[in-house]
Amino acid sequence: MATHAHEHHKESFVSKYIFTMDHKMIAKQFLVTGMFMATIGMIMSILFRIQLAWPGESFKFLTFFLGEKWAPGGVLDPNMYLALGTIHGTIMVFFLLTAGLSGTFSNLLIPLQIGARDMASGFMNMLSYWFFFTASVIMLVSLFVESGPAAAGWTVYPPLSALPQAIPGSGLGMTLWLVSMTLFIASQLIGGLNYIVTIVNLRTKGMTMTRLPLTMWALLVTAILGLLSFPVLLSAALLLVFDRMFGTSFYLSDIYIAGEALENSGGSPILYQHLFWFLGHPEVYIILLPALGLTSEIISNNSRKPIFGYRAMIGSILAIGFLSFIVWGHHMFVTGMDPFIGAVFTFTTLLIAIPSAVKAFNYITTLWKGNIRFTPAMMFSVAMVSTFISGGLTGIILADSALDINLHDTYFVVAHFHIVMGLSAVLAMFAGVYHWYPKMYGRMLNMKLGYAHFWLTFVSGYGVFFPMHFLGLAGVPRRYYTNSEFPLFDAFIDMNVLMTVFAIVGSAAQVIFFFNFFYSMVRGPKASQNPWQANSLEWTTPVEHIHGNWPGALPEVHRWAYDYSKPGKDEDFVPQTVPLAEGETDGEH
Amino acid sequence: MTFLIILLVLLVFAALIQLVRVFELTGKLKGNNQDRIDFKENRFRAKLWLVFGAGYFAFIIWLIVKYGPVMLPEAASEHGATIDSVMAFNWAILFLAFAITHVLLFYFASKYYWMPNRKADYITHNNKLELVWTSFPAIVLAVIIIYGLSAWNDITDEAPSNGINIELYSKQFDWTARYAGSDSTLGAANINFINTSNPLGLITPETIETRISEIEDEITKLEGDLEEAPEDGLKEEELTEKIARKNRQLNKILAYKRKNEVEPYRSADDDKLVKVEFHVPVGVPVNFQFRSQDVIHSAYMPHFRAQMNTVPGTITEFHFTPTITTAEMRQKTGNSEFNYLLLCNKICGAAHYNMQMNIIVESQEAYDKWLAEQSTFTSSETAELRNQINEQLAQN
Repeated sequence: MATHAHEHHKESFVSKYIFTMDHKMIAKQFLVTGMFMATIGMIMSILFRIQLAWPGESFKFLTFFLGEKWAPGGVLDPNMYLALGTIHGTIMVFFLLTAGLSGTFSNLLIPLQIGARDMASGFMNMLSYWFFFTASVIMLVSLFVESGPAAAGWTVYPPLSALPQAIPGSGLGMTLWLVSMTLFIASQLIGGLNYIVTIVNLRTKGMTMTRLPLTMWALLVTAILGLLSFPVLLSAALLLVFDRMFGTSFYLSDIYIAGEALENSGGSPILYQHLFWFLGHPEVYIILLPALGLTSEIISNNSRKPIFGYRAMIGSILAIGFLSFIVWGHHMFVTGMDPFIGAVFTFTTLLIAIPSAVKAFNYITTLWKGNIRFTPAMMFSVAMVSTFISGGLTGIILADSALDINLHDTYFVVAHFHIVMGLSAVLAMFAGVYHWYPKMYGRMLNMKLGYAHFWLTFVSGYGVFFPMHFLGLAGVPRRYYTNSEFPLFDAFIDMNVLMTVFAIVGSAAQVIFFFNFFYSMVRGPKASQNPWQANSLEWTTPVEHIHGNWPGALPEVHRWAYDYSKPGKDEDFVPQTVPLAEGETDGEH
Repeated sequence: MTFLIILLVLLVFAALIQLVRVFELTGKLKGNNQDRIDFKENRFRAKLWLVFGAGYFAFIIWLIVKYGPVMLPEAASEHGATIDSVMAFNWAILFLAFAITHVLLFYFASKYYWMPNRKADYITHNNKLELVWTSFPAIVLAVIIIYGLSAWNDITDEAPSNGINIELYSKQFDWTARYAGSDSTLGAANINFINTSNPLGLITPETIETRISEIEDEITKLEGDLEEAPEDGLKEEELTEKIARKNRQLNKILAYKRKNEVEPYRSADDDKLVKVEFHVPVGVPVNFQFRSQDVIHSAYMPHFRAQMNTVPGTITEFHFTPTITTAEMRQKTGNSEFNYLLLCNKICGAAHYNMQMNIIVESQEAYDKWLAEQSTFTSSETAELRNQINEQLAQN
């Protein structure tokens, strides 16, 4: 292996940049594809937010973007409104925060932080990306079909998603959605298996499980969750395909639509919801755990202080991972599910608050008596702790079945998950990009632009989503094309305008990020090998990317990744490769 | 216009490039290395967290002051009051947790900024502290769970037997309320009986006969079309399939007819159907059953803190006791146009945003009077006539 790493063979453009099997390049592919998809998802949200702020008003550019069919006379069509919401959700949840987030950082960091030459299977890793890429292309193609893209909400509940008579988006658009998601799931499974095998088998000498950085623990548990839950979504999707195309009745029964009684009998739409949320809830943690992993690393590094309660953090990750499989029913309290089962789900769901609280306290305590450097990555990470707490607490209300009766499917839910899952994960992903950009591109991002980007993003994030709690508490349902049919909701007209303005500002701020990202790739100052004085192994690799990551032998690990400001050391960091001194103890002692 | 937008984007990019150049040059002049941190700037960023924290709290307070008064009024149902107190209890705990954690977060962030000659404390863990902050939330959550679940158990308990029975029936995109009528039971229904005059598919001797003759007519017409259709064409195949389907439907209805003759279905004759607005008496339990015609909808009555999905193929249930009449609530809210609402709260298609019904809560007398004015599904003359014929048949 060691000799192999020294070989310098000329690579063609295609094998270096396109069909690459190098994990570092695949990570960049995931990141850039994710960013591209996110931009589309974000523009969609602007389009429907404009409708919510100024319902019925004519905006010529809507017709420019969507055509006369979907925005006649500059006013968004209700079916297109629902389609935009659906695709926005799908893209953000799956393409950005699942593939974009863990795809990028699992690929970049797993081999580098455990001391491996590459992923266990470079080929499967490449396959994982190309399945994802194809899924993205098909999802984008579905935007252009005659009857419009899928429009039944990102959860695509049947019968709405099963019957083209019910909504135009359930025609070809929905078929493409299912095809795209099937490929996407394949990508996740191939990638996930690879991540697990790599972390379990390819750790370098001395890298015991309890010396792994928390990013590794988070990404490992994330991959396991994905591996166990995505197949269930696949089965849900396949049964839906059967119902749509082959006349089966898994989810359909006793339906009269478009002047006709359908012959489907004996199925249950609730079955779909069980299958969907069996993925859907672990999915929340598939998004959140990598975010928590990245910020753990960044907060510890920039506080120049060990992460507080390393073992408790691992325990919390495992507990959250386990519990996430037995809470899915809290999405279904008002489906007519047996109240006793509802009670069980309330109980298990509220249990998750305990490991989550432990994590939040550990973050805060890590800052305590630290020596904090506020790099842009650190700003994003501290912000993420705030959104994680703000959004997490409202989860306690929604998990309470009695309280959920009145808040289910209102804007309160939209506020909750956009803050705890959307904002937290996006902020953490930005933190990760700012922190590991030098590792990815060998150059530094511009810090000043980073701060500007941070404040605009963070403040507008809260500005968009926090007021939604109030809409929800006033009983405003989500997925309404306009609230103007209810005089009861007139009091919130100006609030909707405020949220839309924040959404536009927040989106515009991403231009700064994109500019910084691509400009610094060519013009940014050259990065040194370990710009953040960090302990973990990725910073012992050369700045220039080479196959096999380390030029010589693989590094040997002698300590955990969190020896920051250790007493008796000259520097305030001790890389994992430094042997323990006489009488020095390792880890949490 | 498009040209202007492109020009604007280009200008913004050009400005950004210049800005970065300026940053870089000033950085070089100051001798700034990207790897090293500027103490003053870092301290400034630390202090910004306090500013942000204050702003965040101010924003929340502003929202509460401005929008607090337009939240839902007090719960208008018995269990709704329970839900509101559980909610208030939860809010008290959550506000406290929110405030404490955020104050600590922003305070620590602003206080422990980097100093060149200081080292952070090497604190890896603290078992005592961790035990406290694991067990304390656990205890608080136990209280939340027990309080919440005891409310949940009460709310979802068996429907009281002294209540009135109402069905809420959803379809794209409106609601129908059906009252049980004089026999206090909701009549049987099936999708194969749905036609323009029977939107809920209720089963009565008349609707059985109507549907049989309707479907027979349709089949005759389709068979006529089939004869005219060119042989072996797509049209022929389609028509043959349609006829087969209609025949299957006819057989289902005939099966209902035979079963009805042996053991009659729960009568739907006396059921009363209303649209746009339905009435309930104050202080009497209302037992709702929900059905849906096409896709999943959700019957959301926020003022009563009540919600239940309507699921095609399944009957779902919810019950509550209204406690405040519409007139009283109009007085309390000072809004003479106030109405209790039924909304759709599950995405169901293009007009999901406008699927509503008004709910009127009134005294028992007013309710009885209103209900008496509503016509039954089968007109009383028809039912009378049918009974007479049946009696005659029985006598013969």
